[in-house]
Amino acid sequence: MIRTDRLSFHFGDQQVVKSVSLEVPQGSIYGFLGPNGAGKTTTIKLLLNLLHAENGSIRIFDQDLQTNRIEILSQIGSLIEQPAIYGHLTGKENLCNRALLLQVPATRIDEMLELVRLKSASNKKASQYSLGMKQRLGIALALLSDPKLIILDEPTNGLDPNGIIEIRQLLIRLVKEQGKTVFVSSHLLAEIERMATHVGIINHGELVFQGTIEELSGLSKPLVQIELDNAVDAANLLNRSGYAVGEVRDNTIFLPFTSKEDTGKLNALLNQHNYLVYSIGKVQKDLENLFLDITQNT
Amino acid sequence: MKGFILSVRSEFYKSRKTLGFWCSIVLPLIIVALMFIGFITHSDKLGGMPGIMLWMSYVGPISLVMGNLLLPMYIIFVAYSVNAMEHKADTWKTLFTLPISKWSVYAAKYFYALFLVFFCLLLFYLFLLGSGNLLSMLKPELKFTDFHIEGFLAQVYFKLFLVSLGILSIQFLLSLIWGDFLKPMGIGFVCTIASLISVGVNWQYAYLVPYAHPALALHTVLHTQRPAPGQPPAQPHLTVDLFTHEVWVSLIVAAAFFILGFFIVQKKSVK
Repeated sequence: MIRTDRLSFHFGDQQVVKSVSLEVPQGSIYGFLGPNGAGKTTTIKLLLNLLHAENGSIRIFDQDLQTNRIEILSQIGSLIEQPAIYGHLTGKENLCNRALLLQVPATRIDEMLELVRLKSASNKKASQYSLGMKQRLGIALALLSDPKLIILDEPTNGLDPNGIIEIRQLLIRLVKEQGKTVFVSSHLLAEIERMATHVGIINHGELVFQGTIEELSGLSKPLVQIELDNAVDAANLLNRSGYAVGEVRDNTIFLPFTSKEDTGKLNALLNQHNYLVYSIGKVQKDLENLFLDITQNT
Repeated sequence: MKGFILSVRSEFYKSRKTLGFWCSIVLPLIIVALMFIGFITHSDKLGGMPGIMLWMSYVGPISLVMGNLLLPMYIIFVAYSVNAMEHKADTWKTLFTLPISKWSVYAAKYFYALFLVFFCLLLFYLFLLGSGNLLSMLKPELKFTDFHIEGFLAQVYFKLFLVSLGILSIQFLLSLIWGDFLKPMGIGFVCTIASLISVGVNWQYAYLVPYAHPALALHTVLHTQRPAPGQPPAQPHLTVDLFTHEVWVSLIVAAAFFILGFFIVQKKSVK
């Protein structure tokens, strides 16, 4: 659906996007992750032709963006940064104006208001909307033309937990029931891992990981987690006994998992030295930590 | 073309609740209303004047104020207002991600600003004619109906429209580049004052300065036909020399800045 080839862009002396090659499959929810300032919004602006790439190419719907701009944009709904809304118009008028430009039937406006739960506030001036309401209106504007591809830049910013869940469920529904493709950026992995089928991680302008959500989880190395009464002394004992102790936290020690037998031996060793082991077992590193590892190591 | 028409309709839809749009209606309405009140309350003093003089006393002061200050300032405000809507709502990025060519978006915006200026001047013309005739009906001693000024006044206001285009294109470009009110407004205001001075001192090249054009246009408007030697005085006849130097300069500047603005929009990155 989206394919970029070594996309690069810089603002002044600062290289913001460095040779980014994205592969977004059709019918996927592609989570575009990265810390603030990593180059997510700039990449999205390049995908929407708001910025012009210095190097590399962009193909969307198997067409070149530079030569087929209008045809491609007619099938994309987007929300970039803060929603762009005319404050002097009501929520409904904002949708009417967009419907006029996109020649969308008026019935679609009410459907969208219903969908983002703004029906009761539709005649209120958009300048009086809360950030969450503006965000929901921005999403309604993006979905108004029933686009094949939806590009959303941090769509849950300013939303309350219920709003976040609703948007997440909406996006999943759009992909599963209507076969849409969603490209959604966020700096929160927890938000993305609940809905994305594919993930791209960008840091300092470079794409440091790209693959399915399962492939991302697969990068996580298993650990042995031991909960016991005196973690620091026990960690020293394990170190002296030749084990590579990882993290020591409160009453918990983490070591790399090697085998079930080694885990049993560890338990026996601690028991022999009179440490009271509350629990011992194999754990996967969670994606949040994995994300931090990936972004901090680049 | 379809994108252009849709964009123009959208401009109207968006702006119909803004000060920029209402200014085009309220400005001629208030000014003409003030003049109307002045005439109706002083009808006894003005009663003896012939029709042509009465009309000139009625439309003259308004047109002079228009040409010297009001029209340039109004154009500066309209150009700002049309662009400020997008700057304020941060909607340039949305406009440029719609499946409409940048040319259509830009040209529609410019055309709409142009329409507002035309509409405002048209209302001035219609309100002046309408109120003058109404005065004749309300106060029969005011003999506005003795002289037909329609054709002359239409040419004066059409000329004012033509000389507005240069200022409009420059101000439109400034307001397109800068989102804040002060820069385009400040530059426009300083240029207007400087131009008025250049017209006041009869600088020979004032016609090259777009901001001086409305004032110059009105200076060159009036030509009363003199009677031939030995002939009895004829009925005074007012003519307008429509395509004077400043009109051509205004049209050339308008075209140049309009094209320049388009190239800027084409290259414009939405950061």
